[in-house]
Amino acid sequence: MADVILRVFRGDAQGGEEKDYKVPVDEGMVVLDALHYIQANYDGDLAVRWNCKAAKCGSCSAEVNGKPRLTCKTRIDSLPQGEPITVYPMKAFPVVKDLVTDVKWNYQTHKKIPPFTPPKDTDWRMYQEDIDRIQEFRKCIECFLCQNVCHILRNHHKNDAFFGPRFMIKIAELEMHPLDTLDRSAMLRKEAGVGYCNITKCCTEVCPEHIHITDNAIIPLKERVADKYFDPINWLLRKLRSNGNL
Amino acid sequence: MEKYETHVHDVIVIGAGGAGLRAAIEASAQGASVGLVCKSLLGKAHTVMAEGGIAAALANVDVKDNWQVHFRDTMKGGKMLNNWRMAQIHAQEAPDRVKELEMWGALFDRTNDGRIMQRAFGGHSWKRLCHVGDRTGLEMIRTLQEKGIHSGMDVYMECTITHLLKDGERIAGAFGYWRESGRFVVFKSKSVVLATGGIGKAYKITSNSWEYTGDGHALAYEAGAELIDMEFVQFHPTGMVWPPSVKGILVTEAVRGEGGILTNSKGERFMERYDPQKMELSTRDVVARSIYTEVKEGRGSPHGGAFLDISHKGPEYIKRKLPSMYHQFMEFADIDITKGPMEVGPTTHYMMGGVRVQAENGASTVPGLFAAGEVAGGMHGANRLGGNSLSDLLVFGRRAGLGAAQYANEINGDSLKINEDELEQAAREMLRPFENAHGENPYTVHSTLQDVMQNYFGVFRIDEGLKHGINELEKLKERASHLKIEGTRLYNPGWHLCRDLKSMLIISEAIAKSALQRQESRGAHSRVDYPNTDDYKWGKVNSVITKDGESMRIGVSPLPEMPEELKRIIAEDK
Repeated sequence: MADVILRVFRGDAQGGEEKDYKVPVDEGMVVLDALHYIQANYDGDLAVRWNCKAAKCGSCSAEVNGKPRLTCKTRIDSLPQGEPITVYPMKAFPVVKDLVTDVKWNYQTHKKIPPFTPPKDTDWRMYQEDIDRIQEFRKCIECFLCQNVCHILRNHHKNDAFFGPRFMIKIAELEMHPLDTLDRSAMLRKEAGVGYCNITKCCTEVCPEHIHITDNAIIPLKERVADKYFDPINWLLRKLRSNGNL
Repeated sequence: MEKYETHVHDVIVIGAGGAGLRAAIEASAQGASVGLVCKSLLGKAHTVMAEGGIAAALANVDVKDNWQVHFRDTMKGGKMLNNWRMAQIHAQEAPDRVKELEMWGALFDRTNDGRIMQRAFGGHSWKRLCHVGDRTGLEMIRTLQEKGIHSGMDVYMECTITHLLKDGERIAGAFGYWRESGRFVVFKSKSVVLATGGIGKAYKITSNSWEYTGDGHALAYEAGAELIDMEFVQFHPTGMVWPPSVKGILVTEAVRGEGGILTNSKGERFMERYDPQKMELSTRDVVARSIYTEVKEGRGSPHGGAFLDISHKGPEYIKRKLPSMYHQFMEFADIDITKGPMEVGPTTHYMMGGVRVQAENGASTVPGLFAAGEVAGGMHGANRLGGNSLSDLLVFGRRAGLGAAQYANEINGDSLKINEDELEQAAREMLRPFENAHGENPYTVHSTLQDVMQNYFGVFRIDEGLKHGINELEKLKERASHLKIEGTRLYNPGWHLCRDLKSMLIISEAIAKSALQRQESRGAHSRVDYPNTDDYKWGKVNSVITKDGESMRIGVSPLPEMPEELKRIIAEDK
């Protein structure tokens, strides 16, 4: 059986260093298997966050060879052979220890979004063609890789001004729900900061669920905001309404 | 000032999967102050992995379906060992719980006339499973998560409960630690709802995530509650068998529900021999035993399983109805299931046994302690039908939340005292692995435990094997009494495993003793030495596990008598 070297970040909020581990490779092995091997055979205290090991829970996000990925879904044989595999924690979130980061901000952000609000009088008939596009957004497993790779958050640290791609699809899902009655465009424009996104599609590229975050969620949301706030006719109507003339 | 960080609530819910979230939502709706404590981040609980659907007799597709048929299917699937009252309430209330989920934002697949779509599943007489492709659990947990965070509860994430605290006979709270910092934390509460899920991680081959270490079963046992039916561990017939890295990962029953066919290495559709009527849609215990037998008798697939083929349905249909399965096999096994068969074999999936509860409110035998979902026993009897788990979580999660809130409302919580000595003892026990100079590696002990459970307490069981396994468990208990770990208390998985091992050893012993006691084959419990179902002796009793000083006591208790009108429903044909 061949061996592979895993070069893993070991440390905490105060800093840390890389440590090399030699791990025997089994057929079909994924990076998370190798991390478990390290825990069982070398360093029992290596901190890794994971749950299902089946790419369904979105817990084991990390940066493998510099790329944000789910470690449970990254096969060793898909990476360059004969070179060490580097494993680092997600860069956009503060390190707790080793590969575990503090992702609390995402949960706090989620709570700010007004939830689904159906009308009182509906028979709950909905048609597949009307929900196909939001079912896509609901595939999200909250791995936060999109948040991690979004340069607004990762490089510019605008966490106070932009909710990030994860919550753009969350808002899109609510806004496009055939039975939702709220209008979140004011929030989108201001608090959620949809304008910050400049459509580089980095989030779409890393999504393990292959959700078209930019094309199917963010761009339509931007259009909604533009229609409402920057369309001259709408602008005039709003003006008139707020003056009590209509 | 208190020595440990302390939080005070009316109700503490331990576990934030489907049952825990539903319980917490209900208790909050009753006006109780609720703390929801979970081992992982919110939304990562094992419910997220449920795939095929949620069983509810909505009759959207098959108009003849109703709660009576669902009740009968459930009782028959459970080989009549189910708590009849739970099975009745479950069948009656599941449709409302599903509709409620839709009102909270869940988006199920639709019928042509715009209602919730339903699919066929093993043991269900009609198309009954409401679903979203093959990611129904994710839809459910995300919906409950969102409802939950807007319901006023406090969520304590990545926090593990290690001890339940009592004042005399009553529950008074819980003690645990923050995974992140390793600091201890105390929750004072009038009632506690256990919603901790199952036990799969005690086995080597399992579809379960790391969290499934039987914590709630063990906490309840330590607190003096009764556990019932612990011999009934469900081995899901279809887990992945290759490559080794993904062995055990679930292949949803929806593959068979949508028309998947099982064959052996000779190309025979072998279910014709085991259940010619229901074939692939037989119950899970039957299909698991059939595959196991085919492999044992030399007719298995190259990697020790059976072939499961859905490719005749065409790529478009498969990618729409079973998208996760398509990707799972493509990415992990380099197999295109739209073109050829998968290899599948049994994997440890679900614990039918658990805390004995009252059907109406989820109350255990300990005042103030409630349980719901997989950690509770009785609902599924000797074998659970697919799809009945998600509905169980909602129906009994809600009832346990209601029960816990009402209980909290009725008692005077101010009089509850936390015993300082109990806290100190709990803290000392947790810190011991740091102090042992020489000791066992928890990962090694865990791995050995998984081998023992897999080898002696698996699909088929036999007297000698069970007794040998019980001896092995005794040795493991001894080894686990002096574990040693390195590092600090900061996010230390080795340390966490030390505590998880304690739970796993308790439930393993409970499984072992219950399996040895039940001298018959029924549902998921198959004894090679007692191949027949013995209705006269064993069909009338539950196995009961209780703590007796430092030892585990095993016994039986009579099944509750079913009322005549329900007996008539069982006797009717569909």
